Amino acid sequence: MEYVISVLLSGISVGGQYALIAIGYTLVYGILRLINFAHGDVFMVAGLMGIYFTATLPVTASVPLVIFLTVVLGFTIERAAYKPLRGAPRMSVMISAIGVSYLLQNTATYVTGGQPMTYPVIPFLSDTVNVAGTQTKWVVIITPFLVLILVFALSLLIGRTKVGMAMRAVSKDFETSRLMGIKINSVISVTFIIGSALAAVGSVLFFTNYPAITPTAGAMPGLKAFVAAVFGGIGSIPGAVIGAFLIGICETIIKGLPSSWDVSVFSDAFTFALLIIILIFKPQGLFGEAATDKV
Amino acid sequence: MSEKVLQIEDLKVSYGGIEAVRGISFDVNAGEIVTLIGANGAGKSSTLRTISGLVKPAGGKVIFEGADITAKDPTSIVSKGLMMVPEGRRIFPNLTVLENLRVGAYLRKDDLEADIEAVYGYFPRLKERSWQEGGTLSGGEQQMLAVGRALMGRPKLLMMDEPSLGLAPIVVQEIFNIIRRINDAGTTVLLIEQNANMALHVAHRAYVIENGKIAMEGTGAELLEDEKVRAAYLGSASK
Repeated sequence: MEYVISVLLSGISVGGQYALIAIGYTLVYGILRLINFAHGDVFMVAGLMGIYFTATLPVTASVPLVIFLTVVLGFTIERAAYKPLRGAPRMSVMISAIGVSYLLQNTATYVTGGQPMTYPVIPFLSDTVNVAGTQTKWVVIITPFLVLILVFALSLLIGRTKVGMAMRAVSKDFETSRLMGIKINSVISVTFIIGSALAAVGSVLFFTNYPAITPTAGAMPGLKAFVAAVFGGIGSIPGAVIGAFLIGICETIIKGLPSSWDVSVFSDAFTFALLIIILIFKPQGLFGEAATDKV
Repeated sequence: MSEKVLQIEDLKVSYGGIEAVRGISFDVNAGEIVTLIGANGAGKSSTLRTISGLVKPAGGKVIFEGADITAKDPTSIVSKGLMMVPEGRRIFPNLTVLENLRVGAYLRKDDLEADIEAVYGYFPRLKERSWQEGGTLSGGEQQMLAVGRALMGRPKLLMMDEPSLGLAPIVVQEIFNIIRRINDAGTTVLLIEQNANMALHVAHRAYVIENGKIAMEGTGAELLEDEKVRAAYLGSASK
């Protein structure tokens, strides 16, 4: 029983971390119809920045600094690699995103020398706590609550504020949005800023629970968050969050099955098989809109 | 002669080497309803899209209230008080009726309540549907919303691209009545229509566009009486 609880707890926690990345994918897709392949690597860079900053600065200063610089990175990537291609076919922008992804990975290899870097122990988050008889880290307990608070704040931003209204308008119709006086490029920047900030928060939570960061450390969580976003219906924020929690839980359950069954090594394959099955039955994902744009 | 709100001088618009607008000039005076009529593909929509900043002209000038706004971006053109009701209504289907109205006032920082009430005054049906998503409205209601949304920007000049397109005759009549009321309330209107009969009846002055050039101009009443206009745009039976 205690084992089941601990598996569930860590599944929810991993799911929450995926959710923070998945929102970045789904927000950008909702507005630009672009799969931002560099997003997972932005997440990895946030992790590396966390390592370098905590080496010289206190945690209370380095975490905000990581979030700020990740936002700057996301904003710059959009301005430098995507904005010039605004009128280009979607495939060109996607290739640009793949290019940025490799640029970030290669830069990380250059800076770290390709060595796995150990993520620092963050006070409190890394401390252990006893829940229902099982030992776990505080980060596992905090993640789902933090995710829910952030998602709630985000849905208020999108549903209740002027900039949120502009984001919804732009996601449907660039040209008419411009006729209302909305600056499309500013709205797109806002989505990259939000996505990057959440990825930065996600990186602190995720890497606190993992031993080391390599230059490709963003690839797998990024891919799974992307799967979560597609699973939930790409473009939908609740979809991405629910998808991420489901994938995190499923993955942890498979990893937690008795070792004599010898299936834990397949946990990633299972995740993707799940995606395929869902997409066969529900091509638009759990909460995705049917692809009928024109009336 | 009253004050000129909009002056178009020798405007040229090309799409990939094809000239859609081949040097047209016209003006709109304060308080007028001016209409551009012409067949499909004559260059009417290209003209409006260029004025609103969506398309960069190949040549010529757009002067709004004395200031050159040629090839400015749509945001700065909207901020000067030039709003457009786009062809095909283009309301935001995922925003509520009220949000569609608010988004029309996107650049305004002042209180919107009085303007929202004014729009609901023109279109009581929008008030009933205030919380519905725009995409759930009928075509006529969407057109009303598109007009209301543009009014929320407090335009000095309201441009409308084919407001009658795809609407039932009774709804078209209603929309044109509203255009007249909006104009009576002090808003200058530039209207583009294929429905020449309706447009000429409501307009003070009109220009006929053929093949990207102004072919004829006059008051609405004059053009309604003109033999060539009647033959080409009104059909022989209409009077």
